[in-house]
Amino acid sequence: MAEAAVKLVNITKSFGQVKANSNVSLEINKGEILALLGENGSGKTTLMNMLSGIYYPDEGQIFINGKEVSISSPRIAYELGIGMVHQHFKLVDVLTATENIILGLEGKLNKKEAAGKIKEICDKYGFDINPDQKIYDMSVSQKQTVEIVKVLYRGANILILDEPTAVLTPQESEKLFNVMRNMKADGKALVIITHKMHEVESISDRVAILRKGEYIGSLMTKDTNASEMTDMMVGRSVSLNIARPKPVNPKPRIKVEGLTVRNIEGIEKLKNVSFVAQSGEILGIAGISGCGQKELLEAIAGLQPAESGSIKYINDVGEEEELLGKDPRKIEELGVALSFVPEDRLGMGLVGNMDLSDNMMLRSFRQGKTPFTERKSPHSLAEKVVDDLEVVTPSIETPVRRLSGGNVQKILVGREIAHAPTVLLTAYAVRGLDINSSYTIYDLINKQKEKGVAVIFVGEDLDVLLEISDKILVLCGGEVSGIVDAEKTDKNTIGLMMTKVMNENTDTKEE
Amino acid sequence: MKNSNKEPLFHIVKRDVLPWYKSWGIRAIAIVAALIVCGIITTVTTGLNPLKVYGAFIQGAFGSGRKVWITFQNMSILLIISLALTPAFKMRFWNIGGEGQVLVGALATAACMITLGDKLPNVLLIVVMSISALAAGAVWGLIPAIFKAKWNTNETLSTLMMNYIATQIVAFFTIVWEVPKGSFTVGIINQTTNAGWLPQLFGSKYLLPIVVAAVVTASMYVYLKYSKHGYEIAVVGESEKTAKYVGMKTGKIIIRTMVLSGALCGLAGLLLVGGINHTITTTINSGQGFTAVMVSWLAKFNPITMIFTSFLIIFLERGAGEISTNFGLNQSFADILTGIILFFIIGCEFFISYKIAVRKSSKEN
Repeated sequence: MAEAAVKLVNITKSFGQVKANSNVSLEINKGEILALLGENGSGKTTLMNMLSGIYYPDEGQIFINGKEVSISSPRIAYELGIGMVHQHFKLVDVLTATENIILGLEGKLNKKEAAGKIKEICDKYGFDINPDQKIYDMSVSQKQTVEIVKVLYRGANILILDEPTAVLTPQESEKLFNVMRNMKADGKALVIITHKMHEVESISDRVAILRKGEYIGSLMTKDTNASEMTDMMVGRSVSLNIARPKPVNPKPRIKVEGLTVRNIEGIEKLKNVSFVAQSGEILGIAGISGCGQKELLEAIAGLQPAESGSIKYINDVGEEEELLGKDPRKIEELGVALSFVPEDRLGMGLVGNMDLSDNMMLRSFRQGKTPFTERKSPHSLAEKVVDDLEVVTPSIETPVRRLSGGNVQKILVGREIAHAPTVLLTAYAVRGLDINSSYTIYDLINKQKEKGVAVIFVGEDLDVLLEISDKILVLCGGEVSGIVDAEKTDKNTIGLMMTKVMNENTDTKEE
Repeated sequence: MKNSNKEPLFHIVKRDVLPWYKSWGIRAIAIVAALIVCGIITTVTTGLNPLKVYGAFIQGAFGSGRKVWITFQNMSILLIISLALTPAFKMRFWNIGGEGQVLVGALATAACMITLGDKLPNVLLIVVMSISALAAGAVWGLIPAIFKAKWNTNETLSTLMMNYIATQIVAFFTIVWEVPKGSFTVGIINQTTNAGWLPQLFGSKYLLPIVVAAVVTASMYVYLKYSKHGYEIAVVGESEKTAKYVGMKTGKIIIRTMVLSGALCGLAGLLLVGGINHTITTTINSGQGFTAVMVSWLAKFNPITMIFTSFLIIFLERGAGEISTNFGLNQSFADILTGIILFFIIGCEFFISYKIAVRKSSKEN
């Protein structure tokens, strides 16, 4: 093979006492899609950030097309033809696609010429965007397309995509993969970071694996399989099946009727939503992000006022209790053991600057009659969670924001299930988590289900939703487009229901 | 493609958490560096021997037994005000109304002394004074807290505005109570009867504020670190969403904390009027409500560290005053030196969190 597009030699980068990358050597070839795999905190994003000029390596060398370079700023990365599409888009909402793409470029501003060039790029690789559309009018997948076109416009030959499919529907992901294949055929070098094994298998030519900041090895995708790759990532063998135990004696636990919620701006986020969640069952909630999942869970948890409707909690002897209009503390005082793992872990479920023990205390600090907090039991709970869930942390006294995403999530889930809930709400419980952590979380959720907890599981990976849920409720634009039996449906049906197509054909179902 | 193969000269790297002796070592170096820079500037601009100037600095703060006592007394008042602001700051409620809260506390104390001085037995008078001073400060903290809790108004503005209101009210009463008429000053209150003058501890007129400050420091440390309230303050400050998520009533917590903050400022007002000055003026607080903001921040909201930061500020203040009179330099020169020292002390925090890695010029391979 010709010279590698990128060659990394002995790259090391530390943040404080954390070694994010240590002695990583890696090659990225032209005309190849490389999947970069690794658990959370294994240093994938850090490594790629050094390629795109965001971080500067402490040690090591980078060669682009055989020539040693020093990438000290993102501008230099662009000049070298390296472009990265981040997990969080960096676009200006009130500008059009074209304006965003040419933003920050030197030279004369000529939007018409730019729009022409953008059109050319789109036609060449099969992108589908309108250059004059404003960003705030775009769907998530369109925004992502703008990000990709932006780096191509700047002449990138080496593209890095950091978890591009996390926010896409299956159909949109497939579209993205087609574009990626076109770029590959054009001789570009592509790197994709993803946690979804089936995507790795379908899109990549080669996989490179990192573990705890170290480079473990690379394999041709066609010569390997999901379980071998996972074993390399984790460093031991892992089973990749999600169990789905049969629900035992399910009884209605949460009954939602005609729930309508408006956000602060007065936009309807939930429209007339009705469903029942049963004890000992997992009710999966599918939908494109921002379709009311967050509002639904927050309404049940007592954090979101509703315009109309009711949310009833039904206890073991069949007594009903209205939850709507009560705050989390009142709900707790009713004797409703409700656990909530929110989407925004450090923004809502945990306090980033506090240590593990203090975060455990969030749920228990009111206990005891003295004006002082009791710190022993949260401390031992923290130790127990660290032990049981294999949380990687320097100590119990470490602020949780210093931990990697997966470990943060384990702390949150561990705390939430520690007080024996009867209802467990989880929003994107495995978002950003690596395979091993994800399976730990699935396992924990299943254990709660077996204990008779009513689980409401908002997810984004349809494969997982189909495997773990008993029933799946599909939301589309704040409405229920259907509730289906998870064992009797497939990904395509749900994907279509998410975009309402199903509803238009069959309709009348929930009216 | 440009030749981008140039290594940057240095880059900034985040440090591990340093052991305490290293971080204090860095701070010590910063102070030494500050003194050197101050010395150079002193010699260049005034031609004086910097060592003599430093000597005068120390003389100003510790030159005599009386000076030492005054230094510690001033430090106590500043420390109490800083501690008062701290719970609000921990909650990310930027209470810069310490000035006004101290003033209304002082005003309430003076009002009691003047109007009730000959009507109540002294013990009862002091109790009434204390309650009024704390209550007045609490109300001054409560008003902006209600605005914040109910309508989410910007507390920086509202607490600041409350300062001006307090100043104007005090100015008004200065004229009501002026002695003698036309002097625009209140004069020493109850000079003959000493009614309402706070008692001297162990025969020292300086000791009371120092003891009060010590008690407040210890209590605040325990309150913030070990109480349920302290925990709630920390959670609300870090993330209001998380506070709501666990069912904390954020409005109630904001109001409660600001009442405490204001009441403690009122306590400082009580000590200023009842214990130290025995009179009231609009400037009785000499801007310490604002200085305390810096003291609290420098200490990173840790009550124990605040002992050192308040000492530092008072030491600089008194030393600076001394050199401006001793050497015939004006106050501005003293301010320049204080500014340089603070710049180094605040600036060194950067080097405690980060280090600068210089690239090796020689390249291997």
